[in-house]
Amino acid sequence: MKTFRIGGIHPENNKFAHSSKIETIPLPSQAVLYTTQHLGAPSTVVVAKGDKVKVGQLIAKGDAFISANLHSPYSGTINKIEPICDISGYKKMAIVIDVEGDEWEEDIDITPDIKREIKLTPAEIIEKIKEKGIVGLGGACFPTHVKFLIPQGKKAEYMLINAAECEPYISIDNRVMLERTEEFIIGACILRNALQLSTVHIGVEHNKSEAIEKLTQTAKNFQGVEIHTLQTKYPQGAEKQLIKSITGREIPSGKLPIDVGCIVNNVCTALAVYEAVQKNKPLISNYMSYTGKSVKTPKNYLVRLGTPIRNIIEVNGGLPEDTEKLISGGPMMGKAIANMDAFTTKGFSCLLVINNKEGKRKESINCIRCGKCVDACPMGLEPYLLAPLSEASRWEDMEKEHVMDCIECGCCQFSCPSSRPLLDHIRLGKNKTGAMIRARNTK
Amino acid sequence: MALLQVSGSPHVHTEESVKKIMWTVIIALVPTMIFSFLFFGLQAIVLTLVAVVSCVFFEWIIQKYLLKITPTITDGSAIITGILLAFNLPSNLPWWIVIIGALVAIGLGKMVYGGLGNNLFNPALVGRVFLLISFPQQMTTWPKPHHWFTQATTLSDATTGATPLGIIKSGLAQGHDVSQLMETLPSYAQMLLGERGGSLGEVAALAIIAGGIFMLIRKVISWHIPVAFIGTAFIFAAMMHWINPGLYIPPSYHILSGGLLLGAVFMATDMVTSPMSNWGKIIFGVGCGLLTIIIRVAGSYPEGVSFAILIMNAFVPLINKGFKPKRFGSQKIKA
Repeated sequence: MKTFRIGGIHPENNKFAHSSKIETIPLPSQAVLYTTQHLGAPSTVVVAKGDKVKVGQLIAKGDAFISANLHSPYSGTINKIEPICDISGYKKMAIVIDVEGDEWEEDIDITPDIKREIKLTPAEIIEKIKEKGIVGLGGACFPTHVKFLIPQGKKAEYMLINAAECEPYISIDNRVMLERTEEFIIGACILRNALQLSTVHIGVEHNKSEAIEKLTQTAKNFQGVEIHTLQTKYPQGAEKQLIKSITGREIPSGKLPIDVGCIVNNVCTALAVYEAVQKNKPLISNYMSYTGKSVKTPKNYLVRLGTPIRNIIEVNGGLPEDTEKLISGGPMMGKAIANMDAFTTKGFSCLLVINNKEGKRKESINCIRCGKCVDACPMGLEPYLLAPLSEASRWEDMEKEHVMDCIECGCCQFSCPSSRPLLDHIRLGKNKTGAMIRARNTK
Repeated sequence: MALLQVSGSPHVHTEESVKKIMWTVIIALVPTMIFSFLFFGLQAIVLTLVAVVSCVFFEWIIQKYLLKITPTITDGSAIITGILLAFNLPSNLPWWIVIIGALVAIGLGKMVYGGLGNNLFNPALVGRVFLLISFPQQMTTWPKPHHWFTQATTLSDATTGATPLGIIKSGLAQGHDVSQLMETLPSYAQMLLGERGGSLGEVAALAIIAGGIFMLIRKVISWHIPVAFIGTAFIFAAMMHWINPGLYIPPSYHILSGGLLLGAVFMATDMVTSPMSNWGKIIFGVGCGLLTIIIRVAGSYPEGVSFAILIMNAFVPLINKGFKPKRFGSQKIKA
């Protein structure tokens, strides 16, 4: 069993939706598509109020270098185009669609048949990924085609699929691997072909033994698919840690995966790539878990982009009484939802209900210098030192203490017996330090 | 449902807390405490109680009336300081001296720095060393322990009034040979079980080790400091013994005698006053081991553990600066 060496923690797994089959959320009557569903520049709207659209039709174009296309997940009429609040409560440009029926673009293959033969050339694959608006669905939503633009002098030697799913609670990758096994593996092979490599490496955490077994069985029918069992340890699925675990290579401070010859993609991304390349289907829906300690029936859903978050909750029977927080993503790195009237976006992999028992922060007391944060930090940093430096606004000192290496995984704050808000301070300090460095570099 | 709470990640937290850590340490101290009660009887119970109650009382009164903050006595740290202070005292010490020790430990050792977590030195050791310097007579008169496990012999009765290390120190000064002196000292079995003169908590080696293993399992301490401390002391003492067996006692006797085990397991591992990184902890432990043996063989005091730990405590900020944890990605790519 492979793993990374430095740091890491073992939070409660709580994979309540582990064995519940993926269900489909019904279409909403009105949907909202933000034009920033990805990392990078917003896409440019290419439809106007009153236009009729079909499922899969391009509605916003990713013109900038780092941006992504957006397609309509619905058939219907464009109601309006105006800024609408997202989950954090910030107004973002959005396209509002009145949903009418479910009429798809004709060139999209909506049959359940599995297409195994990969006909496209590497360049065509990358073009298809770009055209169909695929972004990294692990959380960051980085446009996938940009990852394939390999800088001069660098060489991609490893295509890795991140199937660790190390965040507690979330179990959607597990379900996708179990229910869409073959399509997922074909997707992984397509990604491998795009780089002209012979093998694709899939890393799965040990706690998904059923998925590992099924993948291993299915992979026998394919050439160049290697399944790696990884130790169940958070943050096994953090990009740097995953690369270290599978390849043994360590990304140097401040560098990118490609600097050690690696490109990493997530499970749902691989499936989206399969659908784009083999079925001509753009990225218009999301696989997600709806779970939490107080949720009576934790489920996994397939939901179209732009669905009101309230719809998902209603389908499941309403929010539990003792809800304290709603999280988009996992409990360790997910974002607390401030606006429940927002809509799903690309990469919305989990809607997590945190109840008032586990959500209440304990009163923070003096640091007792126990060093548990130091032991837990997977980057080998010293959170006990960084947090007070941030409180004192000492950004230069934070830079010297390598705050920019911090991956904001939350291990330090999780393990602090004094309940100190370590990551709150470090995150702020990292932003300030980053701004300071950028200002210095542009001088 | 009320309003949604919003905060930065992570949204879950470990069950671990300072209180739990402190109570784990207290539980780990219990076997040693029981042995001290067995050997030194009612006196030991009274002394431990006086030390604990006065430590907690001083912490409460200083926080409430001097610092005017909410007292934090429930975190258990003052109780630990009290127990450890008692462990470092002879059982027949007058109670008023114990109270002075508690006041110094809590006041001078902890509160002047800003309370729990901010102190540079181990509070219990600050208290003990203060008493050792202020009341040398009372602090080095040791009562005779009860003999429960082994036959009380005239030889081991000879330890009454001094610790094995004290006997060696004065014996050597009178021109005796180590091998002669060893015959008058308690046997290894007696050392392990605790039937010898000494402070409350330093006599029963086995009980201390049991407490240490419990803390290791509960991850309250790591192996680095005790192993480095004891290992270094052993190797250094072995070298001295090898050079001149007439002048220096065997290394295993060094390890079992005095407060070395108590210090290595319970005092040097204090989270607040020990280094952060694993390498830092090893350096800290090595320093403690070296200084202990140097003070024992060359200093004027027969015992050096307290001084060694306090001196190394002072180096902790420096060690933390010099021995950082290994950073991910700090190596250059191999071509």
